[in-house]
Amino acid sequence: MTTFGWPEAYFILRGASWTIALTVIAFVIGGLIGGVFAIMRLSRSKLLRRIAAGYILVIQSIPVLMVLFMSYYGLSAAGIELPPFLAASASLAIYASAYLAEIWRGSIESVPRQQWEASASLALTTPQQYRYIILPQAIRISLPPTVGFLVQLVKNTSIVQVVGFVDLMRAGMLVNNATYQAFQIFTLVGAIYFAICFPLSRLSRHLEKVMNASRSH
Amino acid sequence: MLFQDVISRWPMILNGVMLTLTLSFVAIGLGIVLATLLTGLRSLAGAWAGYIVDAYVELMRNTPFLVQLFMIFFGLPQIGIRMNGLEASLLAMTLNLAAYSTEIIRAGVDSIHKSQIEAGLALAMSKRQVLQYVVLQPAFARVWPALSSQFVLMMLASSICSFVSVQELSGTAAIIEADTFRSFETYIVVTLIYLVLALSLKLFLNWLGHRIFPQVSGLARLDTKAEAA
Amino acid sequence: MPAVLIENVHKSFGDLEVLKGVSVTVESGQVVALIGRSGSGKSTLLRCINGLEAINSGRIEVAGHVVDQDQKRLRELRKDVGIVFQSYNLFPHLTVGQNIMLSPRITQNVPTAQAEKLAKDVLAQVGLSEKFDSYPDNLSGGQQQRVAIARSLAMQPKVMLFDEVTSALDPELTGEVLLVMEKLAKDGMTMLLVTHEMAFARNVASTTIFMHQGKIWESGASKEVFANPQTPEMLNFVSAGAK
Ligand SMILES: Nc1ncnc2c1ncn2[C@@H]1O[C@H](COP(=O)(O)OP(=O)(O)OP(=O)(O)O)[C@@H](O)[C@H]1O
Ligand SMILES: [Mg+2]
Repeated sequence: MTTFGWPEAYFILRGASWTIALTVIAFVIGGLIGGVFAIMRLSRSKLLRRIAAGYILVIQSIPVLMVLFMSYYGLSAAGIELPPFLAASASLAIYASAYLAEIWRGSIESVPRQQWEASASLALTTPQQYRYIILPQAIRISLPPTVGFLVQLVKNTSIVQVVGFVDLMRAGMLVNNATYQAFQIFTLVGAIYFAICFPLSRLSRHLEKVMNASRSH
Repeated sequence: MLFQDVISRWPMILNGVMLTLTLSFVAIGLGIVLATLLTGLRSLAGAWAGYIVDAYVELMRNTPFLVQLFMIFFGLPQIGIRMNGLEASLLAMTLNLAAYSTEIIRAGVDSIHKSQIEAGLALAMSKRQVLQYVVLQPAFARVWPALSSQFVLMMLASSICSFVSVQELSGTAAIIEADTFRSFETYIVVTLIYLVLALSLKLFLNWLGHRIFPQVSGLARLDTKAEAA
Repeated sequence: MPAVLIENVHKSFGDLEVLKGVSVTVESGQVVALIGRSGSGKSTLLRCINGLEAINSGRIEVAGHVVDQDQKRLRELRKDVGIVFQSYNLFPHLTVGQNIMLSPRITQNVPTAQAEKLAKDVLAQVGLSEKFDSYPDNLSGGQQQRVAIARSLAMQPKVMLFDEVTSALDPELTGEVLLVMEKLAKDGMTMLLVTHEMAFARNVASTTIFMHQGKIWESGASKEVFANPQTPEMLNFVSAGAK
């Protein structure tokens, strides 16, 4: 039995870098998928709107853990063996896509209707309206909740250790299995998560304040 | 795909569902009470109490539920506090939910105008009555939708309690999977059950909100966003 | 051919019939004022002309385009028909110059240098040359509205629609906007404007149309209509000082 020391702490920090990598990948891929669903949710076609709404509702109404198991075992049932990192990224991206789609839909919808009318009256096409008028404003509005969601995403990466991927959480568990010093180890693990999440939370709140201030003048 | 192996184990599944629901409802009940106390402590006791409550809320909101659960289950025994998986799960869920709910309820209380309280006192209400009828009830009514979403998220997050071998729904799934080797089928069934549970819970909480707060259901709702645990 | 031809237009929102068979003709170079009580359907009529609202029946032709809901044809129409709203609706994330240059550049492929010159010209026309690089938030309401007019003018429209463009302005800012519109009228722009400024309607518009309950209640030469209202509703409206 080893005791908890520098090598173990280093091992945990390496896990933390994987947690960050996983978050970034899930956010980027989830963002791309989520963006598509956000636009679908607002499309003129009722069918597309329904599909997007259904997707979002389902993903938001099941545990992330089930998204993970479904993509992991679902794919292996289909004969595709995904390495743990890919399975983890894929499921977290799916999870993120539903929440981001909903956040971004809300942001797009909160751009005043008059901006659509004014730009339509200037003969812009729908893609032009999105590109030049609506999205630039919607992105600003979406910043605080998007950063806020990043915090949720970081925290949710902790469950992917279950498929064997060595992120911050699993690194902590492995060290714990070797040292049985759970209190110190999970304090450290928690502190690292906190060090990642807390600044993001503050940033989100700060952006919100800035936004409210600029809206009210 | 073969679902019989999974479906035929329905009594087990049902037990899992019951445990998930029990965990969730007990945590929701205790969580609200704790959150209300913390909110009160924050606004009524001195500044230091406020800092402590804030620190607690930030700590819980910025660390994963799984870490909180492991800290309680694996970490606390090291300092002599020992409990089984179920107790640890309940404690973790309650503490986690209380932190999120404190934040939500605070937004509700903050939205009650000071003049309302003065008006209440001017109408010869006692302090306790003002607190109940002028502050807490309208505050809760306003944030009920946000609280409801938080409760549903907690129910979904309770699946994580399977990691400390609690046999709630997802813990049950792990056992069935090991028994039958039908991983995908098992998780499809269980996922569907979670879906039904989440949607029913949402409807139930909605209905409950209208029952408990009929007089104020017309109030502007504060849409503090619920966040995943 | 008239610049605007509206024939027997009907328009409902759900069960509420807002336009009940409206016909209007505006000749090229003419300035027509549309007046009437709140809710009489003035804005709706204006919005039907550039296709922001779809009509239920009847026919609208403007600047040689027939209004329907085909998006491509609508865009062609909107290049020739400017509209200015009560709430300015400038794009807050773009500078004044960018607000004006955007559409000419991306819908009419005007080269950047030329678009910039165009923007400066129209800004000069509304007396705001020095605001080219300002953001809308830093302008007064009257200035914002003048920029909105300039933005429409940069499209080099054949017809301009104005919907109560001074209603959101403080009285002291109303004058500067009306002055710009008067100059436009003198320069021969075809204009159809909804307004609560009776003096402006009487003095600048050659024709005034009084709408009531979704119908054209009374219309004619402005001086005539204001001097001798033919219907009690119009008489009431005018003598109430109508604001
Ligand atoms: N999008 C809409 N949906 C439903 N009803 C509408 C809509 N737009 C306008 N209306 C209704 O149509 C009627 C006419 O509205 P409109 O805006 O054309 O009146 P208006 O003459 O411009 O009045 P105001 O002087 O107040 O601007 C009103 O009763 C209004 O409530
Ligand atoms: Mg109007």
